[in-house]
Amino acid sequence: MLSIKNLTVNVGDKPILKGINLEIKAGEIHAIMGPNGSGKSTLAHILSGKAGYTVTGGSVTYQGKDLLEMPPEIRAREGVFLAFQYPVEIPGVSNIYLLKAALNSIRKHHGQPEVDAMDFLTLVKGKVRLLEMDEKFLYRAVNEGFSGGEKKRNEILQMAILEPKLCILDETDSGLDIDALKVVAEGVNSLRSPDRSFVMVTHYQRLLDYIKPDFVHVLAHGQIVKSGGAELALELEEKGYSWVEDTKAA
Amino acid sequence: MTTTSASRYTAEYQSLAPVLPGQDLPWLQQLRAQALEKFSVQGFPSFREEEWRYTNVSAIEKKLFSPLIIGQPQGIAPTEILSSVGVIPCGHPAVNAVNTDWLRLYQLEDAWSVVLVDGHFSAELSVLDGLPDSVSVLSMADALVKYPELLETHLGQAVNNAEHSFIAFNTAWFTDGLFVHVPAKQVLAKPIQVLHIATQADVLATTRTVIIADALAEAKIIETFVGLDVAYLSVVVTEVSVGANADVTLYKMQCESEKAYHFGGIYVKQARDARFNHHNFAFGGLLARCDIHTDLDVASECELNGLYLGVKRQHIDNHTRINHLKPNAISRELYKGVLDDRARGVFQGRVIVDIDAQKTDSQMNNRNLLLSDDAEVDTKPQLEIYADDVKCGHGVTVGQLDEKSIFYLQSRCIDEETARNMLTFAFANEMVDKIKIKGLHDKVLEQVLIRFPQEGVEKSWL
Repeated sequence: MLSIKNLTVNVGDKPILKGINLEIKAGEIHAIMGPNGSGKSTLAHILSGKAGYTVTGGSVTYQGKDLLEMPPEIRAREGVFLAFQYPVEIPGVSNIYLLKAALNSIRKHHGQPEVDAMDFLTLVKGKVRLLEMDEKFLYRAVNEGFSGGEKKRNEILQMAILEPKLCILDETDSGLDIDALKVVAEGVNSLRSPDRSFVMVTHYQRLLDYIKPDFVHVLAHGQIVKSGGAELALELEEKGYSWVEDTKAA
Repeated sequence: MTTTSASRYTAEYQSLAPVLPGQDLPWLQQLRAQALEKFSVQGFPSFREEEWRYTNVSAIEKKLFSPLIIGQPQGIAPTEILSSVGVIPCGHPAVNAVNTDWLRLYQLEDAWSVVLVDGHFSAELSVLDGLPDSVSVLSMADALVKYPELLETHLGQAVNNAEHSFIAFNTAWFTDGLFVHVPAKQVLAKPIQVLHIATQADVLATTRTVIIADALAEAKIIETFVGLDVAYLSVVVTEVSVGANADVTLYKMQCESEKAYHFGGIYVKQARDARFNHHNFAFGGLLARCDIHTDLDVASECELNGLYLGVKRQHIDNHTRINHLKPNAISRELYKGVLDDRARGVFQGRVIVDIDAQKTDSQMNNRNLLLSDDAEVDTKPQLEIYADDVKCGHGVTVGQLDEKSIFYLQSRCIDEETARNMLTFAFANEMVDKIKIKGLHDKVLEQVLIRFPQEGVEKSWL
């Protein structure tokens, strides 16, 4: 699904990622953990194509294609989805309008006809119920005036409707209370499938109580300093990030 | 220089006088004579005048636009007029030139409709069936015959010829226009749409509209300006009298040809507790200017909304003036502008709070979106406050599209150009959304989408 080889990335002259290697197979869930400033969000942004970063070396291959060559919208149409840490408010563009425009862009990209209006509404309303959202959200402007929890749910709603292959969740748990966290996690879990992979970028272990990862990687100073199974997250929670940072130093 | 070109116009239009409507009304003759005198002396506005600093009208001075003459003028043979005046030789508005499919882009179905072609009322194209008997909607030419007393007290009352030269120009030479009178307590069930259509190159369409809503009356009126893809000049003045507790909403949908010149003024007098809402959509014209003035009496309310979209080399200028003359009145104003390519926008908003206008509550905002490095906006909000117990505020922004928002949309499969159009549309749509007449809302929306297209739009979700 995704193969990152010796990836190095700068912001300006400053190296942020210093040689990342990561293999993600279809159906796997990978958690990327690390302290603030370790480069977690940069990794998420680089995968989704955000401007402002310079790739100085290495490669990212997605489904056999060079991901870094593609503009952001092509990545999205090819099945890469970034759930934002801070979803952007788009006044004047309704949620349902964006969803339909996005879905049709994907279909067009794959040479399929536009989605039927009735089928679309049925699909969307089903997913809205899954995420325990009010249907009114569909007709409101994208994220405008939404609470932190509503914004995160909205990200997962988009993900559920667009059915991406590679889902990147950037700090999806931040700003969520425990009830919202459960709903979001259930939404993500319902999307797990053998042909869909997840990269969860998170600072805290608590999201992983609800979405069990297959692999946990610890990022520090722009490098993966430790990888392991789900139990690594618990160990990390107990010992703190200084433990891995010290490990590396030692 | 300026007055030279004015005298050229004055000379050219000299023999027009006998064929203008209202010949037998001394008060109107006097008004026209004063206006002519004013225009002869002042000439066209100069960019040295503060109110015209950003708008250069010299293109008009160099050209000469010709009014269309209808009917048999008394005492003068038509050929005589044609030889001496740059009049377009046509006995009738060029209705045939108006393609009805094209017209449908602008004409509302669920409205009474008045059509003015090249400055003259067209009975064939107008639809006024079912209008209540007590409500008068007729051409200015007819109204001057039928209601001269009412017009004497209203025409030229909401605006002074001295205000600026285009008003004098209009007063001196208006060929027709519209008269609307809604009597006390009458509520109009449907809007009235006034369609101004220009169908000929180099034509001058100069019309005068007078709208009177008596106490407690309610009316919604739409002024739509369109034209074929040629150069022409529209000089229009609308005077509105909103009676005590009456409620008038006026929409202006200015979709003139991108080669045309448009100078429009809307001058309003609001009685106590009167409400006036104006929605100004300025999309067309190579050079377009709109002035909106309103005088507020005790506890009256006005809302001025505007949206200007400029592309290519368009120059779109909007001036508003809200005169708080008496206490307790409320005014709200929001103008938004989108300028692309080498287009230029001008916004000048004045709020004047008179010494008597205590407890005034006024808010004015102007927001601009510049889409290209060559686009320009000149914005000048002005508050002049002479009372000491008021709540007034104003704000201006000039900005560009937010890169974060563009990336967010791209990450949702939308290509960059569509993302930019979606965000631009969203910025503009706030103003379109304020239109409460469904048919008009959809037509204005259509016009915005033509300028900022998005693939596969489901309009009901916008």
